[in-house]
Order: sequence, then C-alpha cells, then structure tokens
Amino acid sequence: MIVGIDVGGTHTDAVLLDNFEIKKTAKVLTDRENLIKSLIEVTEEIFEGEDPGELEKVVLSTTISTNAIVQGKTDRVGMILAAGPGLSSEMLRINEDTHFISGYVNHRGIRVADTDRGEVAGIGNIFKKEGIDHVGIVGKFSTRNPGLETEIGDIINDRFRHISFGHRMSGNLSFPRRIATTYLNAAIWDTYNAFVKNVMEYVKHTKTTAPIYILKADGGTSEISQSAGYPVGSILSGPAASVMGILSLTNGSKDAVALDIGGTTTDIAIFAGGTPLLEPLGVTIEGHKTLIRGLLTRSIGIGGDSRVRYEDGRLVIGPERDGPAAAFGGPSPTPTDAMIALGLTNIGNLDKALKAVKEIAGVKNYSIEEMAKEMFDLVCRKIISAVNEMLREINNKPVYTVHEIFEGKKIKPEVVYIAGGPARPMAPYIDKMLGFPSCIPEHAEVANAIGAALARTTTELTLLADTEKGEMTIAEEGIQTGIPRGFTREDAIGICEDKLRERALRMGAQEDDLDMEIIEDQVFNMVRGMGYTAGKNIRIKAQVKPGLIAGFKKEELNVRR
Amino acid sequence: MSEDKKKTGLIFFPAFDWAISPTHPEREERLLYTQDQVFEEGLLDLDNIVEFKPGLATIQDINRIHICAPDAQSVITQSHLISAGGAITAAEKVMQKEVDNAFALVRPPGHHAMRIVHGARGFCNINIEAIMVEYIRHKYGPRKIAVIDTDCHHGDGSQDIFWHDPNTLYISIHQDGRTLYPGSGFPDEFGGPNALGYTINVPLPPNTSDEGFLFALDNLILPILDEFKPDLIINSAGQDNHYSDPITNMSFSAQGYAILNDRLSPDIAVLEGGYSIETALPYVNVGIILAMAGIDYSHVTEPDYDPDAIRQTPQTSRHIEQQVSYIYNLWKNRESQRAGVVKGGEYARRDKSIFYDTDGISEHQEETVRICDECGGLVTVNSRASTGNRIFAVMIPGQSCPACRKKGEEIFESTNKGSYNYMYFQDRDRDIFLVK
Ligand SMILES: [Zn+2]
Ligand SMILES: [Zn+2]
Repeated sequence: MIVGIDVGGTHTDAVLLDNFEIKKTAKVLTDRENLIKSLIEVTEEIFEGEDPGELEKVVLSTTISTNAIVQGKTDRVGMILAAGPGLSSEMLRINEDTHFISGYVNHRGIRVADTDRGEVAGIGNIFKKEGIDHVGIVGKFSTRNPGLETEIGDIINDRFRHISFGHRMSGNLSFPRRIATTYLNAAIWDTYNAFVKNVMEYVKHTKTTAPIYILKADGGTSEISQSAGYPVGSILSGPAASVMGILSLTNGSKDAVALDIGGTTTDIAIFAGGTPLLEPLGVTIEGHKTLIRGLLTRSIGIGGDSRVRYEDGRLVIGPERDGPAAAFGGPSPTPTDAMIALGLTNIGNLDKALKAVKEIAGVKNYSIEEMAKEMFDLVCRKIISAVNEMLREINNKPVYTVHEIFEGKKIKPEVVYIAGGPARPMAPYIDKMLGFPSCIPEHAEVANAIGAALARTTTELTLLADTEKGEMTIAEEGIQTGIPRGFTREDAIGICEDKLRERALRMGAQEDDLDMEIIEDQVFNMVRGMGYTAGKNIRIKAQVKPGLIAGFKKEELNVRR
Repeated sequence: MSEDKKKTGLIFFPAFDWAISPTHPEREERLLYTQDQVFEEGLLDLDNIVEFKPGLATIQDINRIHICAPDAQSVITQSHLISAGGAITAAEKVMQKEVDNAFALVRPPGHHAMRIVHGARGFCNINIEAIMVEYIRHKYGPRKIAVIDTDCHHGDGSQDIFWHDPNTLYISIHQDGRTLYPGSGFPDEFGGPNALGYTINVPLPPNTSDEGFLFALDNLILPILDEFKPDLIINSAGQDNHYSDPITNMSFSAQGYAILNDRLSPDIAVLEGGYSIETALPYVNVGIILAMAGIDYSHVTEPDYDPDAIRQTPQTSRHIEQQVSYIYNLWKNRESQRAGVVKGGEYARRDKSIFYDTDGISEHQEETVRICDECGGLVTVNSRASTGNRIFAVMIPGQSCPACRKKGEEIFESTNKGSYNYMYFQDRDRDIFLVK
C-alpha cells in the first residue's frame, strides 16, 4: 500500500493505493497555520481500519516551503558573496545583509584571488552582532571550484546554526540564481526543518516503519530526512503533483499538453514522449529566479470563476475572481456561467447564470446566447494562445550546435489532457482549436495525491573535468578531486552515473526506478598557444528523470473520439 | 556611461560542433568560456536582454551580395548559413522594433570575405555583415548604413564589398597593416570613384591602448557619423584588439570595448575575430552586452587587468592624434578630390591579386566601375583563380541609375562565355541573380 497526500490551499487530499489501484480517498480542510494538524487528520482518516504493517511508503506534497516564501515567513539570512568581476554589486545584492568579499574563482574554476580570512571573520562578527543565525555563502563559478565557498564556511562555521552553500544547490550556471536559491534555502531552513521534525515525531507515534517521502518541484520524491538539507527542493510541489497526477491517470507516452483548468487559473504543462519537461535552469517563485530543478509549467489567470466584464469596449476575463460563479451565488458573470447558459453543463442555478450573462450582454446588444458564446469563445482562445505560445517558446529555444539547428527535436503534441471543473464542457472546443484530440482523466479530483504517491525519486548531477588542471568537480555532491591526464569522456560518464546512482539511492530511490540518462555530453579540446592541445574540458550532466515508479502498469488512457 | 536601459537582443551561436580544423583559432572551444561567463552572470535573465535563436540565411541572401565560384553552396558550410542567419535575425529584431539593439554573437566570422568568393580567407567564407546589410535594404528599402569595423585586422573583405557604395559608410579601425594580416587598410584606401570618402581606414600603431581607440572614436568616427547621419550603425565587432590576443599586438581592454560600444551605440553588433578565448572574450563580450543594454559595466574587468602596464606610450598618442586629424581632413575634402581621381574617364579599372590564406587559393581580378554621378556605378569583374575557375560578373548596384542598369544588361547579354567557366549577373534592386 502507498499513501499519497496533497496539501492544497483549501483541502488536503489523501489517496490510498493498493497494488496501484485506488482503494480509498480522504479529504480534510487545510489548516494553513498548522499544516501538521491537517496531515495528521487526513492520515488518520485514510488509515482507519488499515494494517500499518502493509504500508510501503507515504508521499507528501506539502505547501510548507512555498507558503513560507510566499507569506514571507522567512528568517534573516547573512549572505557572503564572492563575486569577482561582472555585474555590479548593486544588481547582486539580495537583502540588506549581503556582503561582498575579495576572493573569487574564474570561469574555469581557477582561484584568481584568495580568501581574506580577516575580512570573512569580520563579516561573521557583523552577522553575530545583528543576531543572524543563518548564513548563505555563494561564489561566482563555485560549481567549478567549491573550495572557496567551503573555506569561507570553515572560517565562520562554529558560530552559526546553519550555512547554505551555493555549489550544493545545482550544477547549473547563473550566479544571480545561485544567490537567490541559497538565500531562500537558508531563509526557510528553520521552518522546513521544524516541519520535518514534527512529521518524524508523529510517525514515531504510529506503528509504521514505512519511509516518508516529500514531493519536489521536479515531480520526483526524496526521503524526508534527506530533504531536510535542501528545503527549497520542496517548493511548488503542488503544480508538480498535478502534472504527475495527470501522468499517472493517463500513463501517456506521447508528446502531449496537460491543462489543469481551475477556478482562478489554468496551469499548462508539456510532455515529451511521456516525460514532463523541466525548466531549463530552475523555477521562479515570488519573483526569484532560482536554480531549483522544477517542472516547466505556465499558469495563466483564467479559470472557471474568473470575473468577466467589458473594459473600454473590450471583453476581458480575469485574472481576478470575485467569488464563485453567479450560478453558485457569486457576484459577477464567469466562464462557468457562460457554459451553463450555453447548456454545456447543468451544474448550479441556471436562472442565476442567465441573469449574470444578460447583465453584460447589453453592452454590445447581444442576446444571452450570443454573449455566452462570446465569453466561452474568449476563454478557449486565451487558453489556446497560451498553449501555442508555450510550445513556440520550447520549440524555438536557442541551441548551440549546427547539428541541433538542423536536426533538433521538436515537440509535436498528439494529445491534450484536460483536468479541472470545466474540463468536460471545454474539451471538444479546445481540442478542435488546438488541432489534436483531447482526453479527460478519471479521478482527476484526487490527481495530485495520486501523482505524489506514484512519483519516483529523481535527481541530477553535473560533472566537470578539466584535464589541464587535472581536476574534476561534482558540485551538487561537493566533490572536487584530482584526475589523471588521460581521463576520458567515458571515465567521466562512468563516474557521473555511479555518483548519480549513489545519490538517488541515498534519497530513497528503488533500484528499479533508476532510469538514468545523460542529458549533457560535451568534450572540448583546450588548445593553447600555437596549436598545442593543453587538455580536455569535459562536461557531463546526468539525471534520473521524472516518471512513475516501476511496477505501475496501466494502459495508456485512450483519447476521446 | 549612459543611464538609459535599452532592450537588447542577443543572438548567441557558438557552433560547438564546428571548426576549421581541430587546433585552428576558429574551433569549437572559441566561445565556450564566453558562454560560461554570459550564463553565469545571468545576463539572459535580465528583463531587458532577450535571447533569440538564429534563423538561417538563404542562398539568395548570399547571392545578393557575393559572386561565389562556382556557386554559393560549394563555398559554405551549414555553419555559415547560421552565422549569417544570426546576423540577419539581429537585424530583423531591430528593424521590427522588438528590441532597441541587438548583438549577433555568432561564428564563423566574415569580414575578410570579398565580393568574389573562390574560397576562405582570413577564416571567412562569406561576409555576414554585408549579407545582413543587403538583406535589410532588400526587405526594408534603401537605408544609409554605417559599418564600423572594430576588429584588429583590416576588414579588407567588407571594404571590397562596400568600396563603390556611397550609401554605406565603412570605417575600419585596426592595427597598422605594415605589422599585421592582411597588410592593407591605409588612409589612402578611401573608396571607389563614385563613393570617394565612404571607405575610411584608421590604422593604429601596435600597442595602442584604450586611450588611443577612444581618442579615434571621439575625434574621428563619431564626428564623421554625425555628418553622415546613417539610419543604422553596425559594429563589426572583432575582439582581437585585446591585450591578451595571441595573434595581434594591441592593448585594448574589456573596459575599452564596453566604453566604445556605449559611445558608438550601434543598432546592431556582429562578432568578428577575437582569439584570446579564455582571458579576453568572456569579459569583452559581457562588457559589450551590458554596454548595449545600458547596464553598469564598470565592474567588468579581466582578472589580470592592469591599465598602467598596458598604457600606450606618449609617442603612440601623438602619432594617433596626427593620424586622426589627417584622416578627418581627407573626409572633409572628399568631394574636391573626386575630380582628380575620375580624370574625366568613363570607366575606372583596378587590378587585384587576392590570396585566400585559409584555403591556399590565389586569384587575379580586373574590376571595372562605370563612373557615375547618379549611383554607385555598374561594376564588372573578370576573375581567375588557382582552382581553375575563370569567371565574369556583372553587378548592378543598389539604388542604381537606369543608365548603369541598361549598360550592365547589355554587357551581360553581349559578352561571349568564351573561356569563362561561369558568367554571373547580379541586380540588387530587382533581386535578380543569373548564371550562364
Ligand atoms: Zn581579426
Ligand atoms: Zn549609375
């Protein structure tokens, strides 16, 4: 048995899967101030009468980290940046407690200026005096040489509760994103770790020995105690759960579009051959562009309850929601009312829906039907144009080799999966406008919890080897070690896969789920002077990609005819 | 620096799988560290910097500007279509006003490629800026365009292409040709008889530093631009003036490059040479991008930057001052010199011997231009190369006068193919390219 739990903004849903079939579902109201309470409530409800010994694992998709960031319930973080030349410090400063030091490394990971111990210790003193307990240390190009960051850490280590290191966040380049990621990681450290502690304590009270997993932004899971070192990994798990839910309900293997049409927003995700696409560098949260690995999703401010009105003679939808649809007692006409008025669905109060639509039909002297048609049409068109825009962006992503320019793979969706309240009335129109068939997964109401339950453990690693320097780094693991001159690409791939396997298993992956792939594989001859080959610059990135756990065999959901 | 942020388009194409040969300066690794620096600085996340994928140039785009022997397909690789396409994409984004300016950070380069192309010279097969310039005119109509070539080498290819064109002001600032490839680019190379003064060469002595470049910019290039009043300014942005460049001898810095682009304020910049790939290019390119985008670049310096160690000598400064005032006078007196050059003839002819160092081809050319007060003048070229190709080309300039066009059509019609392998007819205004 596997339990998946999804903490949503209003409800917390749980699903109990027995041999991959839904055996039971449960739902409680989310107590935003006390998520643990909601988790315990829903767990007790779903476990009522079950044998804890049968439980294989529990997977949580929780908003604890997201909420901490969105609601600004963050701790003060002292930031130490080793920036070197480049953007001005004013553009890099992330808070008032940001300090710059003189040491730095260059793009090849070569240390250009050393750490000034006195300077670092002095900054440590300032933090102490200010009562700061959390520190973030971030160097430009620290993924190429983590040594400088750890050295800074060693100077101040014993004086602070927690230090987040930039090189541990991701192997991707982007100093500003590394700064933001490290800052957020340190800022929600206490909140997240308190949450983990509470969960562990609760688990101790129950009789189960099953492991607890957390769903991450990339649609993969991590064992909860392993996730404690990287709190930001668990942000935005809600959208990730939704995408993984659609994947588990459809078990699709094609290029596809997934739409989740909610009350206020519509979320769009894209699958390439059944695998959800990831953000190229990392997700964005509250205006912070980060290096946090996450699923590529777009959210537009249009849903079934969006307010519809005329502005300067133009019909406008959303992004605000005044309340429920008029048919359910809300104050303004909404797309849901239009669908009711058109007879596409028979929920709610028809008279109220018609009345609301009629209110704005006068502006253009439309009949109620014409008005409802106009509203419905606009909603569909807005969603379609967002989908097409997203596909266009993905398929026009810059590439850097001649081969990719001429042979690069394009996403060509063959199906659109539609979940959410208005899925059924909208599907026939949306698929016609997109030009490929739609399909509506069943049990969509507990999709998020199912998605969490069936997601596999994911992770990635970046290996950089520079045979001229005779050094190799795997930043995410803090590895920085010597290599022989004859080190090859094959050696690099072998080590990267080994380390990736170790990391995934440590995070709680099952052997069967280690679906590893090399996602970056570049070797450059480094030529110096007049044609002298000084060494090789080898760059390998490997991942366990997002997907469903092994053993889950469901027939691919058929598209509607 | 200027205060205003601008929306800058970046077309980045490092061609990580293309090289002239594995250890050639034009190899896969060339823009690797530039990519690292640009990515690590997070420039593509800035609100006012947008990256675009390069489009592909077409064979028609090439034939609008070049005569390739035997044809365009056989002198290029796919990579050239992308780098020329990248320059065109940069132009499109600017012309469509999607961005305020754009930088095509692409390779392979192009400014040594001349009008007639038998092969590769100076690492260049086709002239990507010239192709872009003609694309702009083809799609958006006649434009007065200034191309400022800031590569360390004289842009002899661009000079050859723009030589007879009074609507393109071509200014090349470079290391003195007596000390560097291709050995040309002296002030007396001043444009053809119908475009006298619209080619300007500014040779600078070896070891010229920021001071000297910026002096020439402020006292020569910017004043001439003020007078020419171009619709578009293009920086043919080579980065081999850098003090660490392995194949040149200048002392320019990343700060110097950034300041130059800030003051020149090009609408479009296109990468040319620059082979100090590890110690210069990452910083120079970040500096140029920030300067174009109107973002503080004052912290962009090479790790080993020491302005005092590379500062030009007082003699160099004096030499540059004299050079600048000499050239500015040439420009001022361009009209009055024309009579002396034309000498009342109907045609002017020049003979050229061209060596394609990259491909080891030699070519001899006789180029004839019709003296014309109305347009750039009909040009015919008779060329034979060591490849065995003998060709004859008739080229009608853009914004041509009826007389030049008529004459050109007659010549193409009446000339016997005889011993030529190929004969070409190129009419830019009508976008016609014929081969017989
Ligand atoms: Zn050059
Ligand atoms: Zn004429």
